[in-house]
Amino acid sequence: MAEQLNVDELQNIANKMRLDVIEMTTEAGSGHPGGSLSAADLMAALYFRVMNIDPADPYKDDRDRFILSKGHAAPILYAALAERGYFPVEELKTLRKLGTRLQGHPAYRDVPGVEVSTGSLGQGLSIACGIALAGKMDKKDYKTYCLLGDGELQEGQNWEAAMLARAYGLNNLIAIVDRNRLQISGNTEEVMGLDPLPEKFKAFGWNVVGPIDGHHIRQILDALDKAARSKKSPTVIILNTVKGKGVSFMENNAGFHGKSCNPEEYAKAVEELKAVIR
Amino acid sequence: MSGEKLAQRSYYGKALAKLAETNPNVVVFDADLAGSTKTSSFQKVAPERFIQAGIAESNMIGVASGMAVSGKVAFASTFGVFASGRCWEQIRMAVAYPNLNVKVVATHCGLSVGPDGATHQALEDIAIMRTLPNMTVIVPCDAHETYAATLALAEHNGPAYMRMGRSEFPVIKEEGCKFQIGKAEVIREGKDVSIIACGQMVQTSLEAADILEKEGISAEVVNMATIKPLDTEAIIATAKKTGAVVTAEEHSIIGGLGSAVAECLAESLPTPVGRVGTKDTFGESGEAEELLVKYGLTAQDVAAKAKETINKKS
Repeated sequence: MAEQLNVDELQNIANKMRLDVIEMTTEAGSGHPGGSLSAADLMAALYFRVMNIDPADPYKDDRDRFILSKGHAAPILYAALAERGYFPVEELKTLRKLGTRLQGHPAYRDVPGVEVSTGSLGQGLSIACGIALAGKMDKKDYKTYCLLGDGELQEGQNWEAAMLARAYGLNNLIAIVDRNRLQISGNTEEVMGLDPLPEKFKAFGWNVVGPIDGHHIRQILDALDKAARSKKSPTVIILNTVKGKGVSFMENNAGFHGKSCNPEEYAKAVEELKAVIR
Repeated sequence: MSGEKLAQRSYYGKALAKLAETNPNVVVFDADLAGSTKTSSFQKVAPERFIQAGIAESNMIGVASGMAVSGKVAFASTFGVFASGRCWEQIRMAVAYPNLNVKVVATHCGLSVGPDGATHQALEDIAIMRTLPNMTVIVPCDAHETYAATLALAEHNGPAYMRMGRSEFPVIKEEGCKFQIGKAEVIREGKDVSIIACGQMVQTSLEAADILEKEGISAEVVNMATIKPLDTEAIIATAKKTGAVVTAEEHSIIGGLGSAVAECLAESLPTPVGRVGTKDTFGESGEAEELLVKYGLTAQDVAAKAKETINKKS
């Protein structure tokens, strides 16, 4: 960005993207608002401040890479790309419709800025490892960011990838866990417990940052800065988040994992979000 | 030299070592079987481009996908059961759907793995790989063709699955032969029946043609080294010529070469078809030769199926 956005401006963009998520999933009549809203603040920090990217040249060689391993949160990725100028914001209304580039889960390079196909959980971290490893091999200094759902960490492949990332010293890899503690069937700790999560990553030899408040932009920026300075280990940032953050009746409600708003809910959500957007 | 016994995987390894010199973008993945798959030949000459993934095939495919996205040509190898089955869905989403340059190369396919038994005998891999959109499926007939196919795959842009056996068996092709993806080859002309085969069964089919010749039956043998994209022109041409088609593969008769050929003929030129392969069953422990006899994959079996199919001509 030509000018660096401050924390308030980033917060405002995060809320705008939340509104985009509600509008596009309501228009689509389906989609995953809950886990999109919980990641909005992180996405604002990455796409509007931290990552070295250029919407005019979406695949420039030295760009930082972002992999949305929790591919069902595609709406927040599309919102970030559109608001950042990769494609027109109006196109968000085509989400999930026949012929759209905005597939229900992100499709490799259909949309400018999308790096890989994701949606089948547990695979994004492996792919991110490959991208980070290629960066090391080719002596490029880009960073690879990978956003993981917490429920997704129940997939064993993540831990295969965690071993490889440490073995190959991928300090250019930054995984971020959206720890909203809810999955389709309910609380992650009741469905298949993940705690103690920081200790699990520590045991795999990772540099662990957090848990921090995943809705506090300043804390997110500080954590990303710390992660970028890791000397030899891959880093994981654990964000304590609220699923459905920003819309009162969606917050901490697993029911909105994979369901869009009805007309009354839509009106209320828009009203709440517009009240905080400048 | 024709007839010399060579293992396909050794020539896969030799081809990778050649690629280490000629193509700086090639990277090779191993899941703790480099000595068996012969990717160790690449490791020796280009250790900096050899990635040990450990016994974690699913992750290996994901990492290969990430490297392919970044401009590498990734070869990922392990035994066929694991290469095709353990990580099928990873191949589907992270390789085939985005149409990336990952070559999944499987060794130790078919019954001839021998004493390791059913858990290690891939008999379903062609079927589950050819169903994936964007996927090319190759089953070379011998060591020399394996070498040529490996070099061809490095030049081919997109996902591929290549399958080979474990054992040494007689070579048919000349050293230094060329490989064209998607092109079948008539390796013996005949007029009464066509035997369309892949892998080691091409050699077996040539032996079957000898048996048939002694009985006055002229068999054409077609090496169908690419299962997908299928050379339908070659299938139709040979079926038109002989009017009876037998397929031979060291794989289940469900979903593999036999199915692909039958699908083609049923739609384009209904012709009597007989399939030689394993018959909806798992294998078991035993020596390769014993297993091929027990499961009906010998030259005698192919010849018998040829006669049976000829009798179905109208």
